[in-house]
Amino acid sequence: MEKFTTHTGRAVPLRRSNVDTDQIIPAHWLKKVTRSGFEDGLFEAWRKDESFILNRPERQGATVLVAGPEFGTGSSREHAVWALQNYGFHAVISSRFADIFRGNSLKNGLLTVVLPQETVERLWALTESDPTAEITVDLEAREVRAGGLDGTPLAASFELDDNVRWRLLNGLDDISITLQNEADIAAFEATRPSFKPRTLPVA
Amino acid sequence: MGRTLAEKVWDDHVVRRAEGEPDLLFIDLHLLHEVTSPQAFDGLRLAGRPVRRTDLTIATEDHNTPTLDIDKPIADPVSRVQLETLRRNAAEFGVRIHSLGDVEQGVVHVVGPQLGLTQPGTTVVCGDSHTSTHGAFGALAFGIGTSQVEHVLATQTLPLAPFRTMAITVEGELPEGVTAKDLILAVIARIGTGGGQGYVLEYRGSAIRGLSMEARMTICNMSIEAGARAGMIAPDETTFAYLEGRPHAPKGEDWDAAVAYWKTLGTDEDAVFDHDIFIDANELTPFVTWGTNPGQGAPLGANVPDPASFADLQERQAAENALTYMGLEAGTPLREVKVDAVFVGSCTNGRIEDLRAAAAILEGRRIADGVRMLVVPGSVRVALQAVEEGLDKVFTAAGAEWRHAGCSMCLGMNPDQLAPGERCASTSNRNFEGRQGKGGRTHLVSPQVAAATAVLGRLAAPSDLTPDALSSIQHSVEA
Ligand code: SF4
Repeated sequence: MEKFTTHTGRAVPLRRSNVDTDQIIPAHWLKKVTRSGFEDGLFEAWRKDESFILNRPERQGATVLVAGPEFGTGSSREHAVWALQNYGFHAVISSRFADIFRGNSLKNGLLTVVLPQETVERLWALTESDPTAEITVDLEAREVRAGGLDGTPLAASFELDDNVRWRLLNGLDDISITLQNEADIAAFEATRPSFKPRTLPVA
Repeated sequence: MGRTLAEKVWDDHVVRRAEGEPDLLFIDLHLLHEVTSPQAFDGLRLAGRPVRRTDLTIATEDHNTPTLDIDKPIADPVSRVQLETLRRNAAEFGVRIHSLGDVEQGVVHVVGPQLGLTQPGTTVVCGDSHTSTHGAFGALAFGIGTSQVEHVLATQTLPLAPFRTMAITVEGELPEGVTAKDLILAVIARIGTGGGQGYVLEYRGSAIRGLSMEARMTICNMSIEAGARAGMIAPDETTFAYLEGRPHAPKGEDWDAAVAYWKTLGTDEDAVFDHDIFIDANELTPFVTWGTNPGQGAPLGANVPDPASFADLQERQAAENALTYMGLEAGTPLREVKVDAVFVGSCTNGRIEDLRAAAAILEGRRIADGVRMLVVPGSVRVALQAVEEGLDKVFTAAGAEWRHAGCSMCLGMNPDQLAPGERCASTSNRNFEGRQGKGGRTHLVSPQVAAATAVLGRLAAPSDLTPDALSSIQHSVEA
């Protein structure tokens, strides 16, 4: 996983709530067996519409998605995260994320930032009035910064679990961390009751 | 202070607990399917890691599998590659697999319980959000992403953030014709698609205790549609009776030890939930969705809502978008909404009781002209049982198509899809835009409503059928 410390980029305002993972990447894309090449599937159905925000020339190269509440609901497909990353997004801001999507994003180094809906509205207003406006997502300071509509700059702090933040800042992969505690796993396994199910075919 | 069911199961699986770190939990059962596993196996291969516990891992093919001509090579080359990839990975890493054509093949969440692998007090994961289904047994079961699939394959554990607990207490008795599906749709409409976020839901109360295991699975299955981490129901005699004698259920002394343990799992009297919801079962009616998320639902007797009636701006916009997509006018009685297709199946309602319920309504009747109805059993075992009971004949005599087991039109990854603009009453769990095929419109319903809808060609409950038909339903239910 790549490290995430701080990122600055232009934004795409996505004024929609309940953006489910079927919209982020439709099911027929899930047949791929790689982690790359999902960029064309991102919001595929909506992108057929020329006026869809992602299609607008001024949004090309934007790297921060500012979305409505309940972003990433539905299926557990990690392909949704890969699609956002393959397309070029580094961070997604919303007032609420679905749990599985959030977990998946943080495991892949796509920073999902929870901010109050009022702040999301301000970011929408800012980037809609000025598409060149940049948003900074600073994981070290746990802060999102942007210019203000009325000239007063916006700075909003966000919460993120210390452990998750540490892993992201250092680009650490969970499996190697867990395997450092292999002895704990072996000790637990030794005490499991014999009635626990096993999948090996029953004779 | 006492503990809840979820807390007990959690505590019993903590491998490692350290300040400032998430708990590391042991995973008792890891279910795999073809869609969310290829990149995980790839990761193992790159790192030179084996699957730690092949004896706690099992794979089945479901999302891509065709429901017709299953003895022929799969037509879609991309689907074929994905299934072949799973088979190759299973062989290389020594994982048990049930491929298309195998008697134990089927939707992963139907297969685990019917084999007796899903047991009370276990932790169950799968790279699929509807893993919540297994919570019906008092298991802590949740969907995970592909990175986590790789983590479980490599370590048989997962570092997990703590959860909050919510009790959904349903007292009373479900009225005639009202099912577990109606109950869970009503719960989601009440708490919203984000209402369960961060919570493990525990369904309790007399109405829940009165449900069969299959109905309980329907409820827990859709916990994810309320945004919950998991849904659970305390194990009881119904659970034990369902499990006893299944291929992987404990036997002999192990059975006694297991039941003794399972009986300790229920939430303690003095345990406190972080949140409580109460529902009166007696007041529930058949429920259908009108929108494009599972929270956008209403009683079948209601009208399509007016977006202006939503106070919340986000909800109002969502309702406007949904009505446009669904091609519905505010104020139209839901009962007047005509459908082109009916789908009975999926891990929500593709089990034998669901097929029986639909067949009981279709017995001696024909589906409406111009309506296409697909009946897709959740697993090969379910299909065999249905054939033994003659249900397949009932479906085909009524004009429905009887298909092979799999996910099918629940998500349209195989050829079973809606055409753009087609409207479908579906017993599945998601009415998202395009879920059942590009441009397709989905109304989530119970198997009973699905069958009645097929007969009348419009959204309908069994009670809308003529008295004649009703008495035949009564008859076949008793038989
Ligand atoms: S039946 Fe539908 S919801 Fe269930 S596992 Fe298959 S695709 Fe997912």
